[in-house]
Amino acid sequence: MVKAIEVSGISKQFVLRHTRSIKEAVVWLAKGRKGDLTKKFHALKDVSLNVEAGETVALLGLNGSGKSTLLKHISGVMLPDTGTVRTRGRVAGLIEVGAGFHPDLSGRDNVYLNGAILGMSEQEVNDRFESIVEFAEIGEFIDTEVKFYSSGMYLRLAFSVAVHTDPEVFLIDEILAVGDEPFQRKCISKIQELAERGKTLVVVSHDLDLVSRICARGVLLEHGNVLFDGPIREAVGKLRK
Amino acid sequence: MSAGSLGELATPGVGRGIRDIRRSGFLLKLLVRKELKIRYRGSVLGLLWSYVKPGVQFIVFYIALGVFLGLERSPRNPEGLSNYAVYLFSGIVLINFFTEALGNAARSIVQNGNLIKKIYLPRELFPVASVWVSAVHFFPQLVVLVTACLFTGWHPNPVQLLSAVGGFAIVALLAAGLGLLFGAANVYFRDSENLVDMLLMVATWASPVMYAWSMVEAKLGAGWFALYQANPITVGVELFHYAFWYPTTDGSSLMPPDLLGLWLPLGLVVSVLVLALGQFTFRRLEGRFAQEL
Repeated sequence: MVKAIEVSGISKQFVLRHTRSIKEAVVWLAKGRKGDLTKKFHALKDVSLNVEAGETVALLGLNGSGKSTLLKHISGVMLPDTGTVRTRGRVAGLIEVGAGFHPDLSGRDNVYLNGAILGMSEQEVNDRFESIVEFAEIGEFIDTEVKFYSSGMYLRLAFSVAVHTDPEVFLIDEILAVGDEPFQRKCISKIQELAERGKTLVVVSHDLDLVSRICARGVLLEHGNVLFDGPIREAVGKLRK
Repeated sequence: MSAGSLGELATPGVGRGIRDIRRSGFLLKLLVRKELKIRYRGSVLGLLWSYVKPGVQFIVFYIALGVFLGLERSPRNPEGLSNYAVYLFSGIVLINFFTEALGNAARSIVQNGNLIKKIYLPRELFPVASVWVSAVHFFPQLVVLVTACLFTGWHPNPVQLLSAVGGFAIVALLAAGLGLLFGAANVYFRDSENLVDMLLMVATWASPVMYAWSMVEAKLGAGWFALYQANPITVGVELFHYAFWYPTTDGSSLMPPDLLGLWLPLGLVVSVLVLALGQFTFRRLEGRFAQEL
């Protein structure tokens, strides 16, 4: 098998700055530097994860366990303090619904802009435009400004653009919560189709039934540590306990 | 698909700096188009504002400085500058370009924070797009300027036209470099954008936009004047005077000595160095953008 994602021993510490103003820094100095101006928080501690091409992996855990942070490291938005992350091929993500959508632009403009942000070329967007609009079921509203869209339409268009980028590695962070039942089913079957075509999926979701259906492997995180890595049923079972 | 066609394992999130921009030409184009579309959304005059604002600014300065303070040459004021209106406007358009470019570039990273936090893309695109958008807004002002020049008997030679290109390049590179620098710093300290506002206010008066360079030399002496000339914006403004204002006069006014031989190349070198510094700082700081925004 071919490795799609290789995360080796990454740690990430966030500095929670209490203040950045000169006034408070001076007060702190005058008080004889008592206490810390900053507080540190370990989001990830020595996390290693290898994902083969074509695997479907769910990152599970309670709020604040480091799932989203790990996903951001795989996408390259964040860089680890120590350790390395390497990926193969194009990585695209639905990290949040419509990040990169601009409310004052029309649906059409947003498809182009968002496609480009996710790494598509002009030719690719042109070729897939019809298919994107069709999948999103936007129809005649494609030339309406996105701020007039309902949240469902917004999600459908964003999701449609993302699946049409045709990445090798697809990252999904908690996006399937929105959207009505039929569209959700359509998204899931699209995701399953991607998985069958040998795409690598990494999903973050609190919807345990949903991830059990999509993913084969579950990685359970707690306070930035990998607690369990194995079949999805066992991972979900451990989290539910 | 075989492993070969997918390429090797690569580290995500590590760009190649400004060089990435050429590969992201499509995205840059769309970002610029987006800015242009939303700038005047919901306004009746729309893009006309790009003409109206500098036009009013020009009228105010011309009346206050040219007429009241006596910088315009007239029979009663033979010491003044001939065609002061053209002199003033050719400097103002360049300063306006610089002000808009740097002001927006310095805010661009924080304003696009929502995107930068979620999707990896070459972040240098945002400041560069700001400079590009300003260049698009600069164009209508240039048209107004050239029209004014033609009415006052403009007869430039090719060297003078090229010096306008040189002046624009110097200022654009400087704005991009400072934009990268302050844009990145603004993520960590929002003081940065206030600092930029102050610098822009100073920049307008630290170059011979409203007054003549010879006044500066007379007051400062040769040594300090050399320092004054080392400011790339000063060189840019003087090159614009040489291209647009000088060919409308009878040629009796003096241009700063060594403008093309010394100051033009020096201005370019300073701007490129600032750009390199901006890029270097940006790359040092961008690793932690996502968590600081």
